[in-house]
Amino acid sequence: MTAVEDRAEDRAEIGRARRRKEDRHLLTGATTWTDNLTLPGMLHLAILRSPMAHARIRSIDVAPARHRPGVVAAFSGRDFADSQGTIPCAWPVTPDMVNPGHPSLAVEQVNHVGEAVAVVAARDKASAQDALEAIEVEYEPLPVVLDMPTALAEGSDKVHPHTESNRSFVWTFESGAAGTGEPISDALASAEVTVRRRFIQQRLIPSFMEPRSTVVQPTGDGFTMWSATQIPHILRTMLALTLDVPEHKVRVVAPDVGGGFGGKLQVTPEEVITALVARRLGKPAKYTETRSESLLSAHHGRDQIQDITVTARRDGTVTGLDVHLLADMGAYLRLVSPGVPILGAFMFNAIYKFPAYRFVCEGVFTNKTPTDAYRGAGRPEATFAVERIMDELAHELGTDPLELRRKNWIRHEEFPFTTVAGLTYDSGNYEAATERALELIGWDELKREQAERRERHDPVQLGLGISTFTEMCGLAPSRVLGSLDYAAGGWENAGIRVLATGKVEVVTGASAHGQGHETAWSQIVADQLGVPFEDVEVIHGDTQSSPKGLDTYGSRSLTVGGIAVVKAAEKVVAKARRIAAHLLEASEDDLDFAGGKFTVRGVPGGGKTIQEVAFAAFTAHDLPDGIEPSLDADATFDPENFSFPHGTHLCAIEVDTETGFAKIRKYICVDDIGQVINPLIVEGQVHGGLAQGIAQALYEEAVYDSDGNLTTGTFVDYLVPSASDLPSFVTDRTTSPSTTNPLGVKGVGEAGTIASTPAVVNAVVDALRPFGVDDVQMPCTPERIWRAIAQGAEKSDRAAEGTVAYGGASTSTADGSDGDQL
Amino acid sequence: MTRVSITVDGVQYIDEVEPRLLLVQYLRERLGKVGTVIGCDTSNCGACTVALNGRSVKSCSVLAVQADGGDVLTVEGLAGPDGSLHPIQQAFHDKHALQCGFCTPGMIMATWDLLRENGNPSEDEVREGIEGNLCRCTGYQNIVAAVQAAGQAMSGQEASA
Repeated sequence: MTAVEDRAEDRAEIGRARRRKEDRHLLTGATTWTDNLTLPGMLHLAILRSPMAHARIRSIDVAPARHRPGVVAAFSGRDFADSQGTIPCAWPVTPDMVNPGHPSLAVEQVNHVGEAVAVVAARDKASAQDALEAIEVEYEPLPVVLDMPTALAEGSDKVHPHTESNRSFVWTFESGAAGTGEPISDALASAEVTVRRRFIQQRLIPSFMEPRSTVVQPTGDGFTMWSATQIPHILRTMLALTLDVPEHKVRVVAPDVGGGFGGKLQVTPEEVITALVARRLGKPAKYTETRSESLLSAHHGRDQIQDITVTARRDGTVTGLDVHLLADMGAYLRLVSPGVPILGAFMFNAIYKFPAYRFVCEGVFTNKTPTDAYRGAGRPEATFAVERIMDELAHELGTDPLELRRKNWIRHEEFPFTTVAGLTYDSGNYEAATERALELIGWDELKREQAERRERHDPVQLGLGISTFTEMCGLAPSRVLGSLDYAAGGWENAGIRVLATGKVEVVTGASAHGQGHETAWSQIVADQLGVPFEDVEVIHGDTQSSPKGLDTYGSRSLTVGGIAVVKAAEKVVAKARRIAAHLLEASEDDLDFAGGKFTVRGVPGGGKTIQEVAFAAFTAHDLPDGIEPSLDADATFDPENFSFPHGTHLCAIEVDTETGFAKIRKYICVDDIGQVINPLIVEGQVHGGLAQGIAQALYEEAVYDSDGNLTTGTFVDYLVPSASDLPSFVTDRTTSPSTTNPLGVKGVGEAGTIASTPAVVNAVVDALRPFGVDDVQMPCTPERIWRAIAQGAEKSDRAAEGTVAYGGASTSTADGSDGDQL
Repeated sequence: MTRVSITVDGVQYIDEVEPRLLLVQYLRERLGKVGTVIGCDTSNCGACTVALNGRSVKSCSVLAVQADGGDVLTVEGLAGPDGSLHPIQQAFHDKHALQCGFCTPGMIMATWDLLRENGNPSEDEVREGIEGNLCRCTGYQNIVAAVQAAGQAMSGQEASA
C-alpha cells in the first residue's frame, strides 16, 4: 500500500491513483497474446508478399510449395478470388468517392510492395516460411505512382487501371456555405496580412510493440477468431459481411493485445486470409507477422501535404483560415482511411476565433501501403498546421506568438462556444492552462537565456515552442457520424451483473489493449454501487462474453464506454432500490443510497447493503410483486457531443548549430481533460502520447525509394525512440469538467500526441529564426537542421523534397545531389 | 538435429533442436514458455530479453544450441515460490511502468541485469541502460522511475539480509 492509498479508507475511488489490476499477469509472463495460442492440429501460415510496387501478375504457381516438407497447402489469390470479398471501407466520405476494392490476396495486380500474393499452410512455422521460396510469380512491371502532386497531374499513370484518376474523393467545408461563419472569399480578398505555408505531414508507422497475430478455428458453419485487434466487435460484423458468414456464427476474441495506437483499428488482409485458409482446410490456423512484415503491410498513418493560408488584420486579429490538403490513401482504402483527414476538418480552427474557414481535402491513391488511423488520426495533422501557422503569422506581424494566441483564442467566459467549423466546445480555460505552463517551465527566464545565446552567437541556440491545442475526441455522437457518412454509430454498451455474493461483473464493449480499463471501470463502479474496488471484475474483448460494443479508439473508452457503465449502474441501483424498499418496509422515495447502503431517511441505524439486496434478489424468496429476481442491467450510451480536452504544451530545445543536433531540455504540459478517474493512468497516457508526438517531430518517418520500396522496413531504419532519445516530462493539469457527461470527463489517450509535435517543431524553428529559417520539415533530423542553418530556409525545403514521402518525384534533390533519406 | 540441455527457470530440459532454431523460438515453441515474446526481427526491440548464465541477452540473437549447458532465467522465473513479485516486478507495478505490457518481460530482464551492474543508477544511466529495449506506450518516464525504485528496494533488501 502506498501512502496515498493508506490515507483514505472511505474516500471516493474516482480520483485515486489506484495501481492497475491488469498488471500482474503482464509482469509475470502469464500472458495471453494471440501468438501464444496453440490449438490441436493447428496449421501455421506464411505469406508471400509482393516485391513490386506496381505490377500485373502474369502467372503464379504455388504448386512447388505444396511439395515442400511439412507443407499442407498453398494458395494464391486466384484460389480465393470468388470468396475473399474486399477489405471493407466503412467511411465513404463523399457519395462519389472512388473505392477501387481491396482483395486480401492479390489476384490480377499488385499495387504496393508488401501486398500479399500467396499463402502457405504448414505443420510448423519454419516449414511454411521455407516453402515461400518455392512459389513462382511472374510480374509484369507497371509505372510506379508515388507522390501525390504527380499522381493528380493530368495524364498521370494510374494506380488502379479501372478508375478515371488517382483522386479518390474531394471533401469540402466552407463556413459561408455551411452558415457557420463568413465566406472565406471575403476574408482572402480583404486581408491586411496573408501568410501561406506548405507543411508536410510525413508518413508514420504506428509501431505497436506486439506484431499482429491471428488464430482462426473453424466451428461448424462459422468460426472463432483470436486476433491482436483493437476492435473485436467491429471486426466480427465486418468479417461476417466480407466472408458472407452469418454474424451469429462468428466469434472474435481480442485476448491480451500489445498496443494499437490506431494501427490495430482495422480489418486486415491477414485476418481475412487466415479465416479463408482455416475454413478451406477445416483446421485451425495461425498467422503471426514478423516486424518487417508489420512495418511493410500494417497500415501507415499521417502522410499529408498541407497548404495553409491564414489571413489577419495588422493588429493580429485573425480573419480567415484556408486549408487545402492532399491526403495519401496509399494503394487502397481500408476501414477508415478516407475519414482520417476528414476528422481534422473540424480541428484546424482549433482554439481560435476565425470568422471564416475553408477546408478542402483530396484523397489520393499511390503505390504505397494504405494509410489509416494512427494516434490522433487527423487531429495531430490539423493541430500541427494551425499551431505552426500561428507562429509564422506572429513572425510576419513581428508580435509574440503567445500574445497572438491570447488575442485570438476563445476566452474561458465564452464557453460553450460554437466554432466556425460548427462544433460546440462545452468547456475549457486556455488562460489557466497557459499561465500554469509558463510558470512551470520558467518561461521568462528561458526567454532571457535565449536572448543571451543569440547575443553572443552561442553555437548552441535555445528554441522555445508553444502549442495551445484542443482536440475533439470521444468518438462519437452517432448522429454526427451519420452526417459524415460513417457506416456505424458511436455509442457504447455496458452491462453490470451483481452476483449472489455481492461481487460485481462489469461487461464492457470497450476493448482495452493497455489503457487500464479494468482498473478505471472498477473505480467507477465501486463509487456508483458502493462496493469495494476489489469486488469488481471487468469483462471485455470477446464477442461471446461482451457481446455488444464499438471498441477502443479515438479516446472514446471513458467518455462513451465509461459513461455507459455509469448508466448501467444507475439502473442497477434503481432495481435494488425497489427490493430494498420492500425489505425495509419503506417507500422507495424515503430511501437514501450512499456508500453501498440503502437507509430509510430519518431512521438511524439499520438499512440494507447492496450485497444484502443482491442476495435477496438471488434467493428471490421475498421480493415485491412483479419484480424480476435480478439486479443486472445494461445500458447503451450515445454521447450528445464530442469531448474537447485542451492544454498548453511548452518545449525548450537546444539546437547545436554546428551539428544540427536538437535536444529537448524541458518539456512542460498542462492538460485539461476534465475530471480524472485515475491520475496514475492519465499520466501514463500523457507520457506515451508525448513520446509519439515528439517522435514525429524529431525521429520517425516512413521513406520509400523511387521504385516504391519501403527503405525504413525494420526497426534499424524506422526510428522508434528509446529511453535515451526522450526527456523527462513535467505534467500538470487544470480541470474544466465536461458539461456533456455525468462524470465530467474528457478523453486523454491522444492529447499528448496531438499537442506535442508542433510544440517541438515551433521550438526548433524558433531556435533557428536568427538564421533566416522559417521551417524545418519533420522529422527535424540533424541533417535537415544543419542544412536549414547552412543554406537557409529555401534549401531546407529543397532537401526535404528529396524523399518521395514528401511528394518529391525521386530520391534526388532538386539541385541534383543525393536525396535526404534520414 | 542437435541435442541440447538447457536449464530454464530452474527446470532442466533435454531436446533435439535444429541448429538454426533461435533461443526465443525454443522457449516459446518447444517449451511453451510464452512469457518471453518476439517484437522484431532485427534485435532492436529487446522484448525477448532473458538472462543467460547471469547476463541479459536478446534471445532472438542467440541460437538454442549456443545455450546448450546454460542456465536461462526468464520473466516467468522471477517471482518467488509463493507467487510474491520480484522487487523489479513490484516496482514496475507501483510506478505504473507498463501499459500494454508487451515490452515488459524484456524490460524487466534488462533491468535485472542493469541493476546487477549498478544498483543505484542515475536517470541518465537508466536511460542508457535500457536503450536496447523499446516501449511504445509509456514514454519511458515511469519505467525509469521503476528501475530506480527497484534498485533502491533491492539494495535495501541486501542491506537488511
